[in-house]
Formats: sequence, C-alpha cells, structure tokens
Amino acid sequence: MFGELIDRFDDIFKTLRGAGKLSEKNIRDSLKEVRRALLEADVNYKVVKEFIKRVEEESVGEKVLKSIEPGQQIVKIVHNELVQVLGEKAVPLAPIDKTPTIYMLCGLQGSGKTTLAGKLALQAKRKNKKPLLVAADIYRPAAITQLKILGDSVGVEVFHRENAQPPDICYEAKKYAEKNFVDLVILDTAGRLHIDEELMVELEEIKSRVVPDELLLVADAMTGQDAVNLAEQFHKRLALTGVALTKLDGDARGGAAISIRAVTGCPIKLASVGEKLSDLEPFHPDRMASRILGMGDIVSLVEKAQQAVDMQAAAKLEEKLKKNAFTLEDFYDQMQQIKKMGPLESIMGMIPGVGKALKGIQIDEKGLTRVEAMIQSMTPEERRNPQIIDGSRKVRIAKGSGNSVQNINLLLKQFAAMQKMIKDMSKFKFKGLPKGAFPFQM
Amino acid sequence: MFSKLKQLKESLSKTRDNLLGKIGRLISGRKIDDALIDEIEEVLLKADVGVKATQKIIDLLHRQASESGLADEDSVLRLLKNEIAGILTRKPSSKSETNNSRPLVWLITGVNGTGKTTTVGKLAHYLKAQGKEVMIAACDTFRAAAVDQLAIWAERSGVHFMRAQSGADPASVAFDAATSAKNKNIDYLLVDTAGRLHTKANLMEELRKIRRVTEKVIPPEQIKATLVIDGTTGQNALSQVRIFTETVGCDSLVITKLDGTARGGIIIAIAEELSVPVDFIGIGEKIDDLQPFDPREFVEALFEN
Ligand SMILES: Nc1nc2c(ncn2[C@@H]2O[C@H](COP(=O)(O)OP(=O)(O)OP(=O)(O)O)[C@@H](O)[C@H]2O)c(=O)[nH]1
Ligand SMILES: Nc1nc2c(ncn2[C@@H]2O[C@H](COP(=O)(O)OP(=O)(O)OP(=O)(O)O)[C@@H](O)[C@H]2O)c(=O)[nH]1
Ligand SMILES: [Mg+2]
Ligand SMILES: [Mg+2]
Repeated sequence: MFGELIDRFDDIFKTLRGAGKLSEKNIRDSLKEVRRALLEADVNYKVVKEFIKRVEEESVGEKVLKSIEPGQQIVKIVHNELVQVLGEKAVPLAPIDKTPTIYMLCGLQGSGKTTLAGKLALQAKRKNKKPLLVAADIYRPAAITQLKILGDSVGVEVFHRENAQPPDICYEAKKYAEKNFVDLVILDTAGRLHIDEELMVELEEIKSRVVPDELLLVADAMTGQDAVNLAEQFHKRLALTGVALTKLDGDARGGAAISIRAVTGCPIKLASVGEKLSDLEPFHPDRMASRILGMGDIVSLVEKAQQAVDMQAAAKLEEKLKKNAFTLEDFYDQMQQIKKMGPLESIMGMIPGVGKALKGIQIDEKGLTRVEAMIQSMTPEERRNPQIIDGSRKVRIAKGSGNSVQNINLLLKQFAAMQKMIKDMSKFKFKGLPKGAFPFQM
Repeated sequence: MFSKLKQLKESLSKTRDNLLGKIGRLISGRKIDDALIDEIEEVLLKADVGVKATQKIIDLLHRQASESGLADEDSVLRLLKNEIAGILTRKPSSKSETNNSRPLVWLITGVNGTGKTTTVGKLAHYLKAQGKEVMIAACDTFRAAAVDQLAIWAERSGVHFMRAQSGADPASVAFDAATSAKNKNIDYLLVDTAGRLHTKANLMEELRKIRRVTEKVIPPEQIKATLVIDGTTGQNALSQVRIFTETVGCDSLVITKLDGTARGGIIIAIAEELSVPVDFIGIGEKIDDLQPFDPREFVEALFEN
C-alpha cells in the first residue's frame, strides 16, 4: 500500500541508525528526505510543511541529542506524528441499530462509490441485517444497471425510480425501508466535482431529507494534491462523518490519506482493497503509520501469521535463518505457509523492507504455482544446494515442471536475492515481536 | 462557437486560482528573489508537477536569477512558459495518425475508474464528426454493466458497436471486433478495456493477450495503445505509465477530469520523466468534453490570469 514511502524511510533511517549521534544538521538533512518522500507520496504540500515543522521542533534539541539511539528516537517521533495525523485508532461505522440506519456515499467521479455500496450491502448481509441499495445516480450511463447487477450478486434489493430526482428517490427509499423492516439503507449517489454547485446542492438536499447516520466520502487512494480541496469542500458542505479510501490494492503511496485526514479531521473508516465485493477492510491508522515508516504492518502480519503458521515450524525456520541455512526446500515450505495467509501481494507489503527487496519481482499467484512446480522437479540435493544446478540439470527441471530454462534461472536468481535479503533483514531487530511468530522472522 | 483556446481556458479555470495561472498573480509587481522562487516551487508542487520536475524548473530559475538576473516578472513568466512548453513538446506526437492503412485500432487502457469508457464514447463522436467510420468494441466483460454503459455511448455517437456477453473472454471479443472492422472498412476501431491496476500481473497479462490476438488480424503498426489517466491522480500516474508501457505498450495518453480543481501538473511530471505524448484531455462528462492536447495552448491556458 504505502510501499514506496516505506522504502524511502527505510533508506533515510538506515543512515540514521548507522550514525551514533545526531547533530542538528543531521536531523534537518533527514527531515529534508522525509519531506521529499512525503511529497512524492502525494501528501499535500501544506500538510507536509506543518508535519515537518512539528517533527523538527520535537527532534531538534537536547532530548534527542542526549539519547542513546537518536536514530530510533527520530523514527519514533515521526511515527507518532503520523499516527496523530492519521487518527489514533480504528473508528467503526455507525452501528446498524435502527430501522433503518442510513449510510450515504459521495465523492468524485469513478472513486468507487457504487462498488463500495455493494460491499457494504454484502457486509450487512453477513451480519444478518437486511440492507437496501438505493440508486441515486440518475446521470451516469447504466449506473442503475450497475447497481442492480451488484445487488443481484449479493441478493440485496435495489431501490430505483424512473423520472425522479435523487433527493426524492432517497426520501422515498427511506419511507419504503421503514415500512419493509430494512436495517440498512445504502445511498449510492452520482460522482460529482466538488465545484459543481448544482450537484453539491443536490447532496445537501439528500442529506437534509434523509438525515443519514453515516455520510462517507469515498476517495481514491491515488489522488494527488487535489485531495485537500475536494475533501475540504465535501466536508464543508456536508459535514462528513467518515472517509473510505479505495484502490488501496495498488502501489499508490497513499499520501492522500494523510491530506484528507488533516483537512477534514474525519476518521478514515474503511479501506477498499480490490474490485471484488469481499475486498473491504477496516482502516487501521496505527498500522498504516507503521507501514509508512518502514516498520511494516507488523500487527496485521503477526495476526495473520498466527492464524496460519505452524509455530513449531516457524521456530525451526528461525534457527535456520540464524545460521543462514535457508534452502529452496525451506522456501517451498514457506510458500505453503504463506499461501494459507491470503493474497501474496498484501502479505509481502506488510513485511518490513520486503517491499523494496522484491521490487521488480512479479508476485502473482499463478507464478507461485509455477515456482512450486519447479521446486518439485528438483532433487532433494538440488533443493538444499542450488549451486549444483548446472545447465543439464536446468534442462531436466525445466522439462519436468513444464517451464523454460529461463524461468529456472529466474527462480534461482530470485532465491539468491531472497537469501541475501533475509541475511540483511536479520540484522535489524524489532522490539516486542513474539519470536518465531512468522516466516520471515528477523 | 467558442474558440478552442477559450473553451479550454474556461474549463481549466472554473475555479479562480487554476493551475499556474496563480504564478502570474504571484509574481506580478514583486521582486524576483529566493522567497518568490520558493513560492513558485510551492505552486508547482501543489499542481502535482512532482518533486523531480519541479526541482528542475526551480534550479533553472535560480541559475537564471544569479547569472543573467531575472529583472522583471515578464522574464520569469517567459522563462517558465518556455521551460514547461519545452518539457511538453520534447516528445514526438503520437503514431498512427500518419498511417494510411485501415482500420486503425485504438486500444484504450488504464486503471479503474479513470474515464476509459467515457473517453471511448467521446472519441467515437469526435472521429465520426470528422467523417470517419467508427466501431467500438466492449472488451470490459468484467465490471458490472460496463457493456451497457458503452452501448449507451455507442448509441449517443451513432457508431458501430461490437457487443459482448458479460463474462466473455475479452480477447475473443477484440478478435471478433477486429475481424468485423476489417470486413466493414472501418477507419477506427476503439477498444474499451476493463479498468485494472498496473500492479496486477494476471490482469496485465489479459491485456497483453487482447493485443496479441488483435495483431493476428491487424498489423501492429496500425494498433495504438492509449493509456487513460485520471487528472486528479498524483505521482502514482508515473508508475502507471511506466508499467503499462512495459506490458502492453503505451503510445499516448488521455488525461481526464481536468474540469475539476486538480491542476493537471502530472502532465508535466510525466513528460519530464517518460516519453509518452498526450493526445487528448477530458474536461467533462458530456460527449464533446474532449479536446486534442496542444502543449502551447495548454501552457497559455495554465498561465492565464
Ligand atoms: N482495484 C480496485 N478497484 C476498485 C476498488 N473500488 C472500486 N474499484 C473499481 O473502480 C472502478 C470505478 O468504481 P465505481 O464503483 O463504478 O465508482 P463510482 O464512484 O461509483 O463511479 P461514478 O458513479 O461514475 O462516480 C470500477 O472499475 C471498480 O471495479 C478497489 O478498492 N480496488
Ligand atoms: N468531471 C469529469 N468526469 C469524467 C470525465 N471523464 C469521465 N468522467 C466520469 O468518471 C466516471 C468514470 O468514468 P468511466 O468512463 O466509467 O471510467 P472507466 O475508466 O471506464 O471505469 P472502469 O471501466 O470501471 O475502470 C464516470 O462518472 C464519468 O462520467 C471528465 O473528463 N470529467
Ligand atoms: Mg457509481
Ligand atoms: Mg469502463
């Protein structure tokens, strides 16, 4: 998610960690890098400026200079500030406790409102609530059909009206919901620009007619500097209750999260992480801040790992890592463990430093199956000792696994890189991590 | 009828302080010094021009200021305009236009929700108005109602439409469309594809397949891949251009949603770092809210007060 930003901080703090003591110049230099990283991550210019000022005030001075590990202290200060901006803890959506509770979605064109409406309907259904989707977008071609298809796919009714204006549609839908014991009404409004006066008035009208319990701004995580303008306007006109950040499954650095939070003060409540209707997660500010700082999303990772990983195997692995005896065989075992944990992309992104180490190495599940086949076609000796894999062995493995020799070479190269990475990572210590808790123990 | 430039200016300046227009007001009547240059940097960064391209422009200003001296605001403005126009025009304009063979296939790609389908609709209208025979193909068989959405656009512009069943293999739709376009003497075949994040290897592979299959019917030099980028996108657009270029190719760009308050500076960042020309910009949701991109005009509009 915040992958590249993590990488930048990785670089900065690696040098900081190395330096025994920090001078003021040292701090300023590294904060310059922090500034650059944040700007490249699309955090708004103004927000960056204030952020850096605060961090500088806190870090320049005796406090830091006297401390034993100044680098770590700066990491901590930057981290704390980021957490502060992003919000201290995960904030849940308004409870579905009325008949009906109403969620209203709004945002710019194409940000992911309709998809999110479908996701929220699915989530409500899974909680045994009765949702109703309301098609309040009468402008976009086939918008109603789109919502109907999504509704059908999760078995949720879609309320729509021909030749009616959105505020009336929403109001009618509310009445309908009251009569029909609907628990949750989800209003899917049309995408609009925050400077489109007419359409912003329309939203105000909808809001005053139905009085939603949750008014969410749906914003694209790839948004640039403009995030502050749109968030400010939507918030000013509608008094938002929260934000949903979408398309977080990509490689956007997601600085918009920080910008939006900073200008609206609204909690970011949801993280949309894919096109499928089940791709919805609560937004965890603290984890996000950790990820930004290159500490990895350790909490999520540990949680997922604990569900999936055989602790004994992990302990054994840790032993091997310590001795630098990680083989292709172990790699294969790890792949099996990881597969139990969920989509690879999201797992890898959570591991500190891994984002960078794996850059350029395509991670896709199909590729994983290919890799499995290749390792399966090796002899135990080859798996333990890949150096012995010469030309003719490669041809044999390629044949056996239905791959090209090129792919075998790629795997061996990637594995070598991985071994190196593990070696590098084991140099960093992360406090408070349960030992042996996950595959890439460091 | 508006002049093109006027329409562009209007759409780009729905809010008063649009894009670099601000710079004009910023420097008017001021002494050219470091403080001013810092403010110009701020405007550029806030316009999504990006750290790298901004740095380059700012370095130039500093150099000029210390060497020859930037005496007055006019010289600063001129320098900025030239520099930015220079960045934008460095790249050759896109291919295909010069190719006389038919049909020309326009593969429209991009991440989710950038405005691909809408752009296909607008493009069909634009080309038809020039007397071209146009067909559009619905290769987004994934997103709910994507085909219905495109069908409405095909109807609006009155062009041929290659419909697809939801869930059909997009490559086979592309193949059918290409074959049909060839037989019907179509000038332009516009292929709408599903939105996909560039980081998803399997989806990018699907796009490659669409291209491969099309090349079985249409010679590669008649196929052009155009990446549609949301104008509100920040620096991630660079990653999009890079990876789409590597995987399916990216001959040109369309930047949409420039009718908002996003400043479109990402165009400058992209031009500075990657050699892909911009063909069109999208400035609204209506069928004629599409404009050919003219770097000079764009810069003029940007600096307009
Ligand atoms: N990768 C990814 N795609 C998403 C996500 N959320 C939505 N999308 C995609 O983004 C595109 C736009 O989504 P919609 O739900 O139609 O967006 P919208 O805000 O309703 O659009 P308008 O109604 O036109 O304003 C679609 O292709 C969705 O599949 C997400 O979290 N990740
Ligand atoms: N304001 C504005 N809105 C636009 C522009 N171009 C497209 N849109 C809107 O953006 C939203 C998404 O447009 P689509 O054409 O569906 O985008 P897409 O890239 O095809 O989306 P997917 O196929 O879901 O990835 C729609 O609400 C469009 O009306 C533009 O230039 N300006
Ligand atoms: Mg919608
Ligand atoms: Mg589309």
